[in-house]
Amino acid sequence: MSATTERPRLAVGRIGERLPREDAVPKVTGEFSYASDLSTPGMLWGDTLRSPHAHARVVSIDVTAALGLPGIHGALTHEDVPGKKLYGLEFADQPVLAIDRVRYVGEPVALVVAEHPEQARRALEAIVVEYEPLEPVVDMERALEQEPLHPDRPTMGHGYRDDRRPNVVRHLVIRHGDPDIAGDVVVTGTYELGIQDQAFLGPESGLAIPDGEGGVDIHVATQWLHVDRDQVAPCLDLRPEQVRLHLSGVGGSFGGREDLSMQIHSALLALHTGRPVKMVYDRAESFTGHVHRHPARIRCEHRATRDGRLTSVRMQILLDGGAYASSSTAVASNAASFGLGPYRVDNALIETTAVYTNNPPCGAMRGFGAVQTCFAAEAQMDQLAAELGLDPVELRLLNALEPGDSLPTGQVIEGSLPTREVIRRAAALPVPDQETLPRDPLRLPGGTGNTTTGEGIRRGVGFALGFKNICYSEGFDDFCAARVVLHADGSAVVHSAAAEVGQGVVGVMLQVARTELGTDEVTLAPHTTATVGSAGSTSASRMTWMAAGAVRDACRAALEERERRGGGEVDVERVHRHPRTTPLDPETGQITGERAHVALAVAAMRVVVEVDVELGLTRVVWVGTAQDVGKAVNPLALEGQIEGGTAQGLGLALMEEIVTRNGAIQNASFTDYLIPTALDMPPVEIELVEVPEPDAPYGVKGVGEPPTVVSTAAIVSAMRAATGRPLTRAPVRPDDICL
Amino acid sequence: MEVFRPSTLDEALRLRAEHPQARPIQGGTDVMVELTFGDARPEALLDLSELAELRGFAEEDGLLRLGAGLTYTEAMQTPLASRLPALAEASRTVGSPQIRNRGTIGGNLGTASPAGDALPPLLAERAEVELASARGTRTMPLAEFLLGVKRTALAPGELVTAVRVRPCEGPQTFAKVGQRNAMVIAICSLAVVVDAEAGEVRAAFGSSAVTARCVVVPLAEAAELPERVVEAASPIDDVRATAAYRRHALRVLAARTLERCLRT
Amino acid sequence: MRQVALTVNGMRHELELEPRELLVYVLRDRLKLTGTNVGCDTSSCGACTVLVDGESVKSCTVLGVQADGAEITTIEGLAANGSLHPVQQAFHDHHALQCGYCTPGMVMAAVSLIEHGEATSEAAIREGLEGNLCRCTGYHNIVAAVQDAAGAMGRAR
Repeated sequence: MSATTERPRLAVGRIGERLPREDAVPKVTGEFSYASDLSTPGMLWGDTLRSPHAHARVVSIDVTAALGLPGIHGALTHEDVPGKKLYGLEFADQPVLAIDRVRYVGEPVALVVAEHPEQARRALEAIVVEYEPLEPVVDMERALEQEPLHPDRPTMGHGYRDDRRPNVVRHLVIRHGDPDIAGDVVVTGTYELGIQDQAFLGPESGLAIPDGEGGVDIHVATQWLHVDRDQVAPCLDLRPEQVRLHLSGVGGSFGGREDLSMQIHSALLALHTGRPVKMVYDRAESFTGHVHRHPARIRCEHRATRDGRLTSVRMQILLDGGAYASSSTAVASNAASFGLGPYRVDNALIETTAVYTNNPPCGAMRGFGAVQTCFAAEAQMDQLAAELGLDPVELRLLNALEPGDSLPTGQVIEGSLPTREVIRRAAALPVPDQETLPRDPLRLPGGTGNTTTGEGIRRGVGFALGFKNICYSEGFDDFCAARVVLHADGSAVVHSAAAEVGQGVVGVMLQVARTELGTDEVTLAPHTTATVGSAGSTSASRMTWMAAGAVRDACRAALEERERRGGGEVDVERVHRHPRTTPLDPETGQITGERAHVALAVAAMRVVVEVDVELGLTRVVWVGTAQDVGKAVNPLALEGQIEGGTAQGLGLALMEEIVTRNGAIQNASFTDYLIPTALDMPPVEIELVEVPEPDAPYGVKGVGEPPTVVSTAAIVSAMRAATGRPLTRAPVRPDDICL
Repeated sequence: MEVFRPSTLDEALRLRAEHPQARPIQGGTDVMVELTFGDARPEALLDLSELAELRGFAEEDGLLRLGAGLTYTEAMQTPLASRLPALAEASRTVGSPQIRNRGTIGGNLGTASPAGDALPPLLAERAEVELASARGTRTMPLAEFLLGVKRTALAPGELVTAVRVRPCEGPQTFAKVGQRNAMVIAICSLAVVVDAEAGEVRAAFGSSAVTARCVVVPLAEAAELPERVVEAASPIDDVRATAAYRRHALRVLAARTLERCLRT
Repeated sequence: MRQVALTVNGMRHELELEPRELLVYVLRDRLKLTGTNVGCDTSSCGACTVLVDGESVKSCTVLGVQADGAEITTIEGLAANGSLHPVQQAFHDHHALQCGYCTPGMVMAAVSLIEHGEATSEAAIREGLEGNLCRCTGYHNIVAAVQDAAGAMGRAR
């Protein structure tokens, strides 16, 4: 790795410059305030009683004993929810507090509020809940034949295919061309992925403060303030403006903060007691307190001509959504839409089914459906290359999807998609020479464990290609507001509710404002629902695009307004919308307008691993990647996103899996849910491919997800090359290599 | 919860006798996790970290006495590391630098987890445990001290005060398998000592039976070691690995570590 | 309750502590030094790393009463006279943080590593930071920052 001793130049901070984070100083000095740091005088502590059962009827809940304990200010059940009893990110199918049934281990059942967290914990133990355990649905295949967990089918009637099998959250079939068309060669495979956790470092936390007039202010770490508000208010039976969400410091999110955690709970307790109430999850509770990446089973059949052109692909994708819908319908759509990978395939049949089970609920995580299918599709491409005796990179170049081609949904690619360029740039990165032996064990598989001095080591080089959408899809009314106040002295304040979760959107917005306004005197107001419209979610690699668009539009409007008025202070709010999308046809999976997805981004990755084939242990030696980024707003931050995204994919390839038994998580701790350490991650060599996206402000594309989409596939590809094993499951277990 | 913080061993032993329910702690790296993660609520803790008598190590007539308060960081440093290299290698795999600065050999013995990283190298060195109480001091072989998962032969009123080892002259090493390249609890681990004087090879393994366990093979039959280790193991399937993998990995580790020792 | 005297970032504090209180909560809740974060319950993540008598420890493994008489340095105690510590400056310059939750612990671990003369190579830095998990950065820029800071601190000596 290159020893960087040169300090980056502190620049003015316009678009395209390499800049340190705007919040770097408070973050390196410890002054930055995370949600867990919040406190206010008179604050009480809330805690949550959770179901020990994956599936049970709730016969009775008795909080009497808890109420009699010292320091207790209240204990609430579903009966105390004044408004709607159900909520959900897209479909209201999840009880605020369990009503008559619990559907997963860890489902909230009751709340307590106390002077001290320890008193709250003791009060939870005093609540008596009588459960009548029911047979849990834990196998995603069998779920389609078992008792329905949501007999009222909450996701049906929203323009999706009407599938009457039990426990279907969404069934999507994309039929493109003639999938029965023959090929000279056929490769098949079944691939599986375990449940991955976002494992953000800062567990869920929030503080709700009653406003004394019946409303409430909720300070919380989240990805989308306004959608939280719109879920919270109806459950509290309040008008949206009576519920104000304020962003507190976010310790990472990666999709895991899209759904609500304690937002409604803390507000209920605050309104019940008339006092501020803080809730903090510990790590174990965090594992049940947010949704995870969907585990998947994917069956593939790829057909190709002798010279390597894909003629038809069939894929059957099964996703376990767990107990509640969360964003499973959109994950299912993404898995299907990007299932083939960035390849031109004229004939395809892709069938995706997301199901309800009594497993932990799954929803958004970085990569959002595309991670799972990329793992399967790229393994198929490697297998096809081997079958045809072709170079895997050549096979990918030959089939590369480019502008003018169409997705299996019929959408013609009109924006930028430099697939071939990305493949070539990644493939051209020179891999490092094999290090000689003997070596420090840290530079061998097994690391500090000192398991080999070189015995059993095989080197493998792998390659993978992946893509996904940027922004929300399928007709979602996706917009982002920004407000700019220009003061008479030339300085400006930008208001935006865009959630900074670590990705750096704060910097992006300031860079845009400085560039547009031509001044460095720009500050950002606190992120809140109180002073500005919705920014939409920090999700789907959309926030750079959307926030840049909104701030740009607001800045330009503000300048025009000032011009018109001939000076003085102006205050302008503007809403940015990306090109409109329309839903997929529920029967054919084909587009119903020009597009179902806004834009696409592609990444290629080349990986070198060393595997100890006798012990099944792996060291990732080197990663080189090329990524289609549209326009790099801040290359320094962008590279950070690629490195971090790659690390999460490495985790899924090698170690990260939530293990369940009868629906219960067996490893809800950082002792047993392993995420990569500094000794597991290699340096990453990065090539940025900048082909501006025509529809986006400044040509930008989101960059957070493609590295995660492609890295699991690329690492396991290298492991296959090293071991000669099929390795059809991620994470790869040592058993899969050496037994 | 009460925390007793004696400053002398005598005081500690008196408190130990008076408060049998008090949980002894050294660096606290195991106990604090039980408190925070396991929600354990012991009535009292007996903090031994201030006792000068338990610190460091001493050598007399070739017999090393490692104080129960010896940290892993200290065990990794010279000169101890050159006397007990397998213990140093094992200490290196414990947690992370912060944990090695606090965690102690005595704590590892007291916790008696089957995954305790210091246990295999000490077992393979035929270490003895020094136990003290208000009644006096006794020693017993480590192999007899470890009774089961987190169960030891510690009698009421006793504390682990030291480990006594007479380092053997032959080569030795330690290896540990985990599914991550650092900071990981052992899927299985193994220490090997070639004791030419006694004419035997000893291997001790962790995380593959209810306690860490030692296997002895005559030097002439050293090639049998991997098989004998696997026979002595009774691993289980758990969230970290399968029993089948543990058996396989033990065999590989035994062969490799033996080869490493014999080739030096 | 127990009477305890701690010196934190050069300031002496006399506190009445519950014996059960972990040092990390003494720092956060009693002294309002919330820069030291809590990321797990199993002493795995390292977000709560502080220096106790010059050694890096995870403050979730130490009881407040055990720290009686100790000198403790937290992230808030690094910057002197309004200027960042070289490690803080290097993390800033190298974009060695994103969400920043691991940063205080990571910086303290790095300070300890450099001060012990152990930040001698890329591999040694990675090894020295094995107990500090970061979920955002992939560690690349963290390692670069520590290398840079080690150089800067070496020059300063």
